[in-house]
Amino acid sequence: MSRPVRLAMFGLAGGVTAVLLVLAAFALPGFGGSRHPYRDAAVPAAVRHATPNVISSINFDLRGLDTLGEETILLASVVGVVVLLRPAADERVREPRIGGRLLDGTRLFGYLFLPITTTIGLLTVAHGALTPGGGFQGGVVIGTGLHLLYVAGSYRALKRVRHLEVFEYGEALGAGAFACFGVATGLVSGAFLANVLPLGSFGDLFSSGSVLLLNCSVGIEVASGVMVLLAQFLAQDIEVEQAEGAKR
Amino acid sequence: MTVVIAVMFTLVAAGAVVVVMTDDPARQAVTLSVFGVLLALLFLSVSAPDVALSQIGVGTAIVPLMVMLTVRKTRRRR
Amino acid sequence: MTVYPYLVAVFVFLVGAFGIVRSRNLIHAVVCLSVAQAGTYLLLVAVGFQWKAPPPVFGSPPTKPTLKVTDPLVQAMALTDVVVSGTVTALLLAIAVQVAKRQDMSDPNELAALRG
Repeated sequence: MSRPVRLAMFGLAGGVTAVLLVLAAFALPGFGGSRHPYRDAAVPAAVRHATPNVISSINFDLRGLDTLGEETILLASVVGVVVLLRPAADERVREPRIGGRLLDGTRLFGYLFLPITTTIGLLTVAHGALTPGGGFQGGVVIGTGLHLLYVAGSYRALKRVRHLEVFEYGEALGAGAFACFGVATGLVSGAFLANVLPLGSFGDLFSSGSVLLLNCSVGIEVASGVMVLLAQFLAQDIEVEQAEGAKR
Repeated sequence: MTVVIAVMFTLVAAGAVVVVMTDDPARQAVTLSVFGVLLALLFLSVSAPDVALSQIGVGTAIVPLMVMLTVRKTRRRR
Repeated sequence: MTVYPYLVAVFVFLVGAFGIVRSRNLIHAVVCLSVAQAGTYLLLVAVGFQWKAPPPVFGSPPTKPTLKVTDPLVQAMALTDVVVSGTVTALLLAIAVQVAKRQDMSDPNELAALRG
């Protein structure tokens, strides 16, 4: 399809979609209104399970099955990236060059913030049931934070510290733990991912039953996933190149 | 508060146009990162701190970084 | 103001879709897709908003739970979606890298058939 034809097609289809969506927008309950039936059901349920962060309660307790699905998409994407970006037969992996000068300020910034961001990430995961945050956000912070080593030091420093196998296992472990926990609770209580652990008292760090546990397993999975993803892209950029004389 | 929210939504709409109209993907990595920050601020302004947290990590750091690395990888080959 | 946020969500979604259609570069198309996805987050979060309602988190500082909070359900959907869409974007970028390697181009208009 040529470009003008495609743009014309989009003009037509996009126009119709736009009209329908705008009509739908006017039929929605007004922005900022007080009618939220899902909220009215979810908040008391979360309070009953001693989880102050209602969002974490929905993700890891009330609708844990959906999170298992999301996690599976995440796992599948990471595996897909690893498969797509592995060095092909006509490529070779070269030693990363040493070189490039780094401003002292940049290095200081990196080393200073490396422990800070990692700690913040861990706290975000651990307090997921209490404060804003949880396994998804904390995992992302940890995974990105560890790459400050690349900013501050060098690719070699990052490679020395980062054992990729650990994170590949971590990725599988996080997803597997979530699913196994679901099956176990299913056998115990008859409901998949039911919150069967002691609930504790509202607002304590060790409360809310299984939310803390599932938070940690998702945290491990997301952090490992981010590490593996960024590792693949960095390796493509820095290490992998077309072997000489290889034909396309 | 109404004004803040209205301004944030307008900024995000403008940001989306800028990202889409940036033709060079290397520059797009930068505009996408700014767009990510705007989205995160919008989520904060409508009392959704959890969404803002995950948007800051993913939308302003990871995705632009991967776009940047992909651009470098595909550029060098030509 | 009662529909403006929804209209912005629709607008951002359509702008992203338009960007994919007029794109001359695979990486550009992937970035435009993530803009279109942002439109869906906007809609979700806008639907759950209530004026003067605090976030649905009662832990910091500990407060007495009330029903007058923003809708936690749509926020839970949006936040998992943000993270998962990030990894899916990574998958699409990996495909873009692979296409550039195998076919020596990055313009989707030239992409006729995929070769192994």
